[in-house]
Amino acid sequence: MTLPATGSTSPARAHRNRWARSGRWSGWLWVVPALAMYVVFVVRPLTLTVQYSLYHWNGIGVARWAGLDNYLTVFTDSDLLKIIGNAFVLIVFFSFIPVGVGLLVASLVRRMATGLFGTAVRTILFLPQVIPLVAAGIAWSWLLSSSGVVNQALRAVGLGGLARPWLGDFDTALPSVGMIGAWVSLGLCTILLITGIGKIDPSLYEAARMDGAGPVREFLAVTLPGLRREIGVCLTVTVIAALASFDIVYISTSGGPGYQTTVPGLEIYRLAFAQRQVGLASALAIVLMALVLLCVLPIQRLTREEKG
Amino acid sequence: MRLSRSEQVTGRVFLILLVLVTLLPFVSMLSAALQPRGTVPTGLTWPSDPQWGNFADAFTVANMGALLKSSGLIVAGVVPVAVVIATMAGFGLGHLKIPGARFVFVFFLLGLTMPFEAVITPLYYQIQDFGLLNTRWAIILPLIGLFMPFGVFWMRTHFINVPAELSEAARVDGSSTWQLFWRIHLPLARPAIASLTILLFLWTWNQFLLAIVLVDDSTKRTMAGALGAFQGQWGTDQVLLCAGSLLILTPTLIVFLIFQRQFIKALLQGSVKG
Repeated sequence: MTLPATGSTSPARAHRNRWARSGRWSGWLWVVPALAMYVVFVVRPLTLTVQYSLYHWNGIGVARWAGLDNYLTVFTDSDLLKIIGNAFVLIVFFSFIPVGVGLLVASLVRRMATGLFGTAVRTILFLPQVIPLVAAGIAWSWLLSSSGVVNQALRAVGLGGLARPWLGDFDTALPSVGMIGAWVSLGLCTILLITGIGKIDPSLYEAARMDGAGPVREFLAVTLPGLRREIGVCLTVTVIAALASFDIVYISTSGGPGYQTTVPGLEIYRLAFAQRQVGLASALAIVLMALVLLCVLPIQRLTREEKG
Repeated sequence: MRLSRSEQVTGRVFLILLVLVTLLPFVSMLSAALQPRGTVPTGLTWPSDPQWGNFADAFTVANMGALLKSSGLIVAGVVPVAVVIATMAGFGLGHLKIPGARFVFVFFLLGLTMPFEAVITPLYYQIQDFGLLNTRWAIILPLIGLFMPFGVFWMRTHFINVPAELSEAARVDGSSTWQLFWRIHLPLARPAIASLTILLFLWTWNQFLLAIVLVDDSTKRTMAGALGAFQGQWGTDQVLLCAGSLLILTPTLIVFLIFQRQFIKALLQGSVKG
């Protein structure tokens, strides 16, 4: 790797002038390696995805111009629409549940998650963030299987009638996949919110109590506004995780039963590499990217901290 | 202000419940992994005669030695290079204020929320053209590129907050840009670089999509990719699957438990910035 060595190789006089002119341009050398990798492995493929999306192509033979046909299919095919809908259902589980539970926990433990107990709790709640999503998928497939813990517990309390293979049942498959995602995101959201709540000025709470606010009023008037930014971060991260989900679904259900748990990420993979419909897969990929932006930008805008 | 007694108790009970739910999948896998092989385990039952030997079997069957080596090689290929070039770019964009820095930065930002699924199809054909399919380079090279939006964003955020006076003083003393970077800015950037290293390690180790698309041989994949293959192969043997999954998980868990403070900090900061 060549690095710019301004100054050491050229005459020392007029050093600062040279820095002002050529030096500024030689600064580009610092950016070029990163830029090159980014262009070759992100920008070029992304441009190609756009291009593929305008063709009918099986990946090997001749590509036929399709215009916007593939996009039309994405927005009219009932299976594909269902698949996109599934991703939005997952947002409820991957994002809303962890943020909701996290808020509840954070406000309960506002001044409690300290000491050894606090460290242990933080560490353990974080485990799901650290292991591969694939592992989460495998562990929960076992938990939710016919002979798994969930059914075992139901039978133990006399609710054996509810027992079922949760991930294989048409009605429960998607919520079950969602619960796996909730399990993964919960730790990150909770700890982020606990950290955020620790930064809220305690005098605000005292003032609220003096005004006679109960826990609910206190939560709505002090905690919630104070955590605006953290909530925004949690939502951004988890909404992207929900829309672009792949690993958990691939491992736990492979999208089934039927299209019950298929998500765009999985369908892109299947269309491109199993069904050889590269054009349609690419159109779905572009739509997915647009959906992520459409969801994330408003969250960013709504929760950005106003500069006082 | 003290919390009321009931608040203390509710809070603790809630936290303990959450901890139990978090641990349940691991414990349940352990209880299944210790059942005699060939049996069909049920839920959470502690075996009367725990078969610790199952882990040894799984170690051999999963080819753990090869998997660890492969993941290690991939991490060694991705993380140092990605961290170095992201740091350099962050320095160039954040501190040197090179002409067009703002434009280049926005260009990098475009990739920040992009799901990997959006580029996986062309990446496959591109890697095929390079003749690298089914080699570790097929995972290493694209990951370096895919990590650049975040890496550059992260390091630029650090460098832009370093006061300009620091460099001006060094310039007056006649430092070259390289000396300036190496002697003054790199030491200051150490915490930011450490966090970035942890995040990239974790994301590389756990990368699944690129591994299954670009590499067929599971012993040339990341840990997550290998785990996927293991599930495909042993999905019906619940005892072995649980033992193998726990084994494949263990390296990450060990690294996490050793560096847990840094991990949590890095992941929290990482999500705040990302």
